[in-house]
Amino acid sequence: MAEPLFSVRGLKVALPDMTRKPLIGRAPLVEILKGLDFDLPRGSVTGIVGESGSGKSTLGRALVRLLEPSAGSISFEGRDIAHLPEAELRPLRRDLQMIFQDPMSSLNPRRTIASIIAAPLRQNGLGDNLKTRVAEALQRVGLPQSFAGRYRHQLSGGQRQRVGIARALALSPKFVLADEIVSGLDVSTQAQILTLLEKLAAEMGLTVAFISHDLSVIRRLCRQVIVMREGRIVEASATDALFENPKEAYTRDLLAAIPLPEIDADWLRPKAPA
Amino acid sequence: MSACLDITNLSAVLANGQRVLRSVSLSLQPGEVRALVGESGAGKTMIGKAVLGVLPSSVRIVEGNMSLEGEDLGRLQPRARRTLIGARTALIPQDPLTALNPSRRIGPQMTDRLVRILGWNGDKADKRVRQLLDEVQIRDPDRVLKSYPHELSGGMRQRVLIAAAFAAEPRLIVADEPTTALDVTVQKQILRLIADLQREHGTAILFVTHDLGVVAKISQKVSVLYAGKVVEEADTARLFEAPLHPYTRALMAATPRYTDPFASLKPVDETVLAGLAAEIAAADQTWRHLHG
Repeated sequence: MAEPLFSVRGLKVALPDMTRKPLIGRAPLVEILKGLDFDLPRGSVTGIVGESGSGKSTLGRALVRLLEPSAGSISFEGRDIAHLPEAELRPLRRDLQMIFQDPMSSLNPRRTIASIIAAPLRQNGLGDNLKTRVAEALQRVGLPQSFAGRYRHQLSGGQRQRVGIARALALSPKFVLADEIVSGLDVSTQAQILTLLEKLAAEMGLTVAFISHDLSVIRRLCRQVIVMREGRIVEASATDALFENPKEAYTRDLLAAIPLPEIDADWLRPKAPA
Repeated sequence: MSACLDITNLSAVLANGQRVLRSVSLSLQPGEVRALVGESGAGKTMIGKAVLGVLPSSVRIVEGNMSLEGEDLGRLQPRARRTLIGARTALIPQDPLTALNPSRRIGPQMTDRLVRILGWNGDKADKRVRQLLDEVQIRDPDRVLKSYPHELSGGMRQRVLIAAAFAAEPRLIVADEPTTALDVTVQKQILRLIADLQREHGTAILFVTHDLGVVAKISQKVSVLYAGKVVEEADTARLFEAPLHPYTRALMAATPRYTDPFASLKPVDETVLAGLAAEIAAADQTWRHLHG
């Protein structure tokens, strides 16, 4: 088996707890991730699922080193990036791209779509043939060329998320972090964006960490799943195995809590006491 | 027996003349849970606000009737209308944090409504609030009543608001996406609570949601909305067995289902959207023709 893209061992992240910050002085640290071990295999989409406060977003931010872990190692292509200083991270940044939940706040309101997509290309010395590269990026995500001159407020939620994807993929990164990228979207738009990501991930052989609270979406898109709760991994396995034979009670509870779009008169009845 | 809520041909426009509700009709029997389902811009929240008399000033009702238990709201003076709506309806909002006053303790916020609108005395209101907190399975009412909203979790806050909504024994509750902001396990508990209280109190609920899964579990009847128009109305069981409108079918096919990953998450077909646009245009043309 090929070497995984990411190999994470004993990962801990502690962040300042601002609710307990004294008037003067530092906020006490609270441990968000409490020692995680996992691999992300190359060329496939891994789902990271959990409820609010499970630490799934913190985990994503640590992988792309928006955060520095307090302990443990993050091996990316065999090199531990857990504590690399920013100067040494910079050349790696083009390989670690991200797409966020709310493209409205992650797209610069004063720049055209073309300039938003071009920015990372320019910064990484790919400033030649910018027009062609931007045109390719737009085409890749199914946006008409006429969108190049528009601004973010002229786009619908789904179109903005397409721009977010175009920007992240413009540099052909080795890794893409997708954090709740369809949470704010209507189901019909959600289906379009997920189908697009699914197609691009397969075509480009992308390694993706797909963070979501929605197990139904994860099942469709991901080859393996990591279930998180309160800063720990509850269960991690291949997608089919997880859904067909969940080992942990917590995973079973999560599945049972999803209201499927079908009639089930017993769903709301309290469980009979065991 | 008259319907709990009757809406006939309700149309509303924005200042620029654009129609946001398009001849909406629906009728709720006492004790019925009716889901209003649709995507953003479908007008589902707008209908709830129209019923509660809290439409934003930018929206103007230009046609139609609404009546609560046989009383025509349009014929009442504003003051009498507010009193009637206040006494017979309640709201369970989406975001319990913004619906609660952050600088007041939970207790007075819950009893205030009973004292002010129904004219109860403080003791009676307090007793009633405690009874409802017990019904929403809050086991430490003293602590909760003394808390400020930020001291409670999202699920607890939603329980408090459900208790507050049922406390005054309204005939109709508008529940506007009451579980959208919650985690799935908490959502299930809250849906179960709403269903239990609804059954015990015999309250009718207008349940606004974007989630067909929630529709299937909570409602007996459903109105599917698109661009302020009811495109399909049905018993919930029938809707899921045999959806008639192409848009309803498309919504169902787009909704993710972990039990059937490759038959779900289907993008809505262009022809369905074109059909909807034509349907809306035709309805607007007829309407303009009738209303000059």
